[in-house]
Amino acid sequence: MRGFLRKDGRKGIRNTVVVAYLVECAQHVAKSIVNKIDHDDVQLIGFPGCYPNDYSLEMMEKLCTHPNVGGVVLVSLGCEGFNREQLFQTIVDSERPVETLIIQKCGGTKTTIELGIEKASAILEIIADVERVELATSDLVIGTICGGSDGTSGISANPAVGACFDILLNDDATCIFEETGELIGCEHIMADRAESKELAQELITCVEKAEQYYTKMGYGSFAPGNAEGGLTTQEEKSMGAYAKSGSSLINGIIKPGDIPQKKGLFLMDVVPDGEPMFGFPNISDNAEIVEMIASGALLILFTTGRGSVVGSAISPVIKICANPETYRNLSEDMDINAGSIIDGKTTVNEVGQAIFDCVIKVSNGDKSKSEALGHKEFILTYKKFDELGPSCLR
Amino acid sequence: MASSKFVLINENDNILVCCQTVKTGEIVIVDGHKIRIVVDIDVGHKIAKVPLKKASKVIRYGVPIGSTITDVAIGEHVHLHNMKSDYIPSHTRQSSLGA
Repeated sequence: MRGFLRKDGRKGIRNTVVVAYLVECAQHVAKSIVNKIDHDDVQLIGFPGCYPNDYSLEMMEKLCTHPNVGGVVLVSLGCEGFNREQLFQTIVDSERPVETLIIQKCGGTKTTIELGIEKASAILEIIADVERVELATSDLVIGTICGGSDGTSGISANPAVGACFDILLNDDATCIFEETGELIGCEHIMADRAESKELAQELITCVEKAEQYYTKMGYGSFAPGNAEGGLTTQEEKSMGAYAKSGSSLINGIIKPGDIPQKKGLFLMDVVPDGEPMFGFPNISDNAEIVEMIASGALLILFTTGRGSVVGSAISPVIKICANPETYRNLSEDMDINAGSIIDGKTTVNEVGQAIFDCVIKVSNGDKSKSEALGHKEFILTYKKFDELGPSCLR
Repeated sequence: MASSKFVLINENDNILVCCQTVKTGEIVIVDGHKIRIVVDIDVGHKIAKVPLKKASKVIRYGVPIGSTITDVAIGEHVHLHNMKSDYIPSHTRQSSLGA
């Protein structure tokens, strides 16, 4: 495999220019720049709020300096609360090309769009020369999420991703699984896999936090479609979701934007700390995908039973379909048919190997289905986190 | 796995998971008993492997995934109408939950 070498030593599998709006008021201008350039490697990200927030600033800093990102155009209205100077400086410090366009100073919508097209095109040319280097499996950082789970997810696609994680971890890659709200009910069996006693306690504590948070919100992380697909309870969904983590030792807990400082398997704690302030932890799947990307995920393994079609900006998303009937219906969106396990035609380990082979191909530049179809969804909202405890061992 | 239309995931489970849609009226073998299915069972849904008393644990993957809220007969669909979470209540689509 070949990757793009960044100045911090990390390696990317894509070389994109992100155009980032810093408040919803600048979204149209940023989106128009991306649409008019119409290049796969020029992608839209952004933050809609006008109030400052440490979490969203850190997320944007981590996303704009992600290994898959080569350069950045920041689009500001001018009067919003976002700390664009700090974000700009972080990107400059990473030695990436970056431009800030302030609509109120540039002369308006049309002028800023034209200027943005010029700047983004220029950055695209500059980053074409980024050094390409050998990329090993141990350089990979892979995240996993399930979306639109049903009663098949926990016996086909999710354990198959777990088998793929075990292969990746055996090759010294870094893997991230997440959504503590979808681990409610399996915290104790998960804790048995912690590399230390302290970490085991932290794993239990962070799932308990999720349970308390979701109880206050009145809903678990459980959508109506989950029930229609045969899942009845949060803990049933959790046991299925948990299977994505495989059977390897768990080496640490990270929070969104934390970049693992060692190799291994990490749980991402996505549930905010303290009393609920800004609503549900993640309003839909893409919010979690963005958080894993901010923590350095180069590629996302997305399992689905009901049939999600989303992709993501910055990092490619590989779709693993759990349900054979969904696969027959939505095969144009699915990279891997884990429904073949339900049909009795393949085993979990065979599909795990097929997912691993797909990871290697997509890391080497092949497009995943969602990527080829132009899915580049992105959501970033408000959150609040405390610092990690010392036993989370990042 | 698909020698039958249902699969036992863990030997300690008291439910079976459907791998192939089963229509109302079909006769299936559950734990050695011939059972006539009384509602359509879609892929991913559960049926009781054994009779379950009200307030007993439903076991899948070898672990509890909730408790029954009624008595459940062998071969009966196990879902929101006869079991609940031991943690957080499940919510359904406001328009309708596909019956």
